[in-house]
Amino acid sequence: MSIFLNENSKVIVQGMTGSEGSKHTQRMLASGTAIVGGVNPRKAGTSVDFEGATVPVFGGVAEAMKETGADVSVIFVPPPFAKAAVIEAIDAQIGLAVVITEGIPVHDATYFWAHAQGGATRIIGPNCPGLISPGRSNAGIIPANITKQGRIGLVSKSGTLTYQMMYELRDIGFSTAVGIGGDPVIGTTHIDCLQAFEDDPETEAIVMIGEIGGDAEERAADFVKANVTKPVVGYVAGFTAPEGKTMGHAGAIVSGSAGTAQAKQEALEAAGVQVGKTPSETARLMREIVGG
Amino acid sequence: MDLFEYQARDLLASHGVPVLPGGVAETPDEAEAIAREIATPVVVKAQVKVGGRGKAGGVKLADNPDDARARAQDILGLDIKGHITHKVMVAQASDIAAEYYFSYLLDRSNRTFLAMASVEGGMEIEEIAVTKPEALARIPIDATTGVDTAKATEIVDAANFPAEVRDQVIAIAVQLWETFATEDATLVEVNPLAKAPDGTVLALDAKVTLDENAGFRQPGHAALEDAASADPLEARAKEKNLNYVKLDGEVGIIGNGAGLVMSTLDVVAYAGEEFGGVKPANFLDIGGGASAEVMANGLEIILSDPAVKSVFVNVFGGITACDAVANGIVSALGILGDEATKPLVVRLDGNNVEEGRRILAEANHPLVTVVDTMDGAARRAAELAA
Repeated sequence: MSIFLNENSKVIVQGMTGSEGSKHTQRMLASGTAIVGGVNPRKAGTSVDFEGATVPVFGGVAEAMKETGADVSVIFVPPPFAKAAVIEAIDAQIGLAVVITEGIPVHDATYFWAHAQGGATRIIGPNCPGLISPGRSNAGIIPANITKQGRIGLVSKSGTLTYQMMYELRDIGFSTAVGIGGDPVIGTTHIDCLQAFEDDPETEAIVMIGEIGGDAEERAADFVKANVTKPVVGYVAGFTAPEGKTMGHAGAIVSGSAGTAQAKQEALEAAGVQVGKTPSETARLMREIVGG
Repeated sequence: MDLFEYQARDLLASHGVPVLPGGVAETPDEAEAIAREIATPVVVKAQVKVGGRGKAGGVKLADNPDDARARAQDILGLDIKGHITHKVMVAQASDIAAEYYFSYLLDRSNRTFLAMASVEGGMEIEEIAVTKPEALARIPIDATTGVDTAKATEIVDAANFPAEVRDQVIAIAVQLWETFATEDATLVEVNPLAKAPDGTVLALDAKVTLDENAGFRQPGHAALEDAASADPLEARAKEKNLNYVKLDGEVGIIGNGAGLVMSTLDVVAYAGEEFGGVKPANFLDIGGGASAEVMANGLEIILSDPAVKSVFVNVFGGITACDAVANGIVSALGILGDEATKPLVVRLDGNNVEEGRRILAEANHPLVTVVDTMDGAARRAAELAA
């Protein structure tokens, strides 16, 4: 098992014909993902040749789903057009929309999040690397060759820290690694992933990576305490971040005394989560739990 | 991006929100000229992006234009909690019959927008929330429908605004929402929203935060940036499209990915405790690509910071392979030539790491040390900066 994404997932790519979209479609195909189509209204009816596959282009998400049975969309559409692309995916009732695009205005993300309520679509991102269930499917830009299928579940706000942690624990492997994104408003949260990993029989332990800004980690800590029986190891980035400065990710900002790494670490530790001082120490804590 | 008060006031006025006449001055002469144009008395207010201006002597009344010049003279240059005052706002002074509070903001926790309103204005909202929570109305706003007159009425009535100002505040609530929505703001806060003795309701002070991600559809926002007080290194980095934040330590940092770079700062500060409290000198995320040119631009900025004593380059080769990053470092050092004078500790891991390390070993640059682990490399960089 894995969460949100498995070997049966059929994936379409919105923005497949753009430079980022085509580069990563090739990479997803190479890692064994079932890419069944692309979406671009101006190139509907054509197809794109990738190494090892020819992928048809459809005029819209609904049409692509009808023709291919797609249940996942990975979205690379640039910020000015991303809101419309996500709304189209939601209106087509696709099961999972993975929004890779960085730099989407927060008013647009808040709008499409509100629009998705009560619908059939889980949104991951925006401003995220997507998710990978190693050996099964890869929806986004996470490198597939870092590690293999295994017993650890990972949820992270940061892309490169996801890669780093997968690399540190590459001999043990991962059920699913989810990069939820570093924007102030995101679709799938730490808590959603913690719940899914708790319910996934293949996942034995969970690594949770957070960073400064907002209170998602504090809320996740409360959730772990009340609802998670599997061991959880945590890491929080941004202890040295000054107040009021955005540290790369739009959501990574300490405002007054809110959103500090210290507060997040304390909340996690109070919930029984072991928190590493560095990514390597965090990996060692996980290794002690799962062995290997 | 947080705006100055005068910028916030102009923005609100452009959306029809009633404000008092006034203008912004960078010299005492300009302050006097503005005071001549509007009715006296006036209030002269330091334009700094920090609270507590009044207590610091940054807000003064002036009875006439000469007095306005003198007060501006006092306030310009004033250091308020580390913020130097470069501008003052000169606005018509108003007697206040009642002070209210009104704001719209992004509520991250609930992934929605929130209206907050209270008839207990004049103090900080955090204080109202603690001392009189029952007096603070908090109404979530559905992002797909926004605020029309009906929604504005709901907010205003929830906060129990008195009947004599109710219609005015409802109209202002709609105008403030228009400002919030059409300007891509994450905060529009009016405090105080004041009732003058004649019953008119006005926005006397405002805070506005704009979303920098919306720059592509907000062409007017670039001009609102405070270039004057930006750190010169940050300004140069911005020109080169680098994601750079100046900090106050000695170890220059270059990494890829915001999370990994934040983590690198922490690991360096942690390692630096052993070496007399050495700290990171900056945040710099060169992103996934990490081309030679971007690496050279980043190194150039960091090496020109006189506080930097060593540099830690921390890259995880995910999408970019480590050999490309290693080639980037070697060519960057070639481009910089004699300008590169400080030791570099490089840690590479991930995709094609062996080839990356081989390229650096072969180049054998006298300034470059390669360390295999992130923690070990942080320790070495801190040691070199001690």
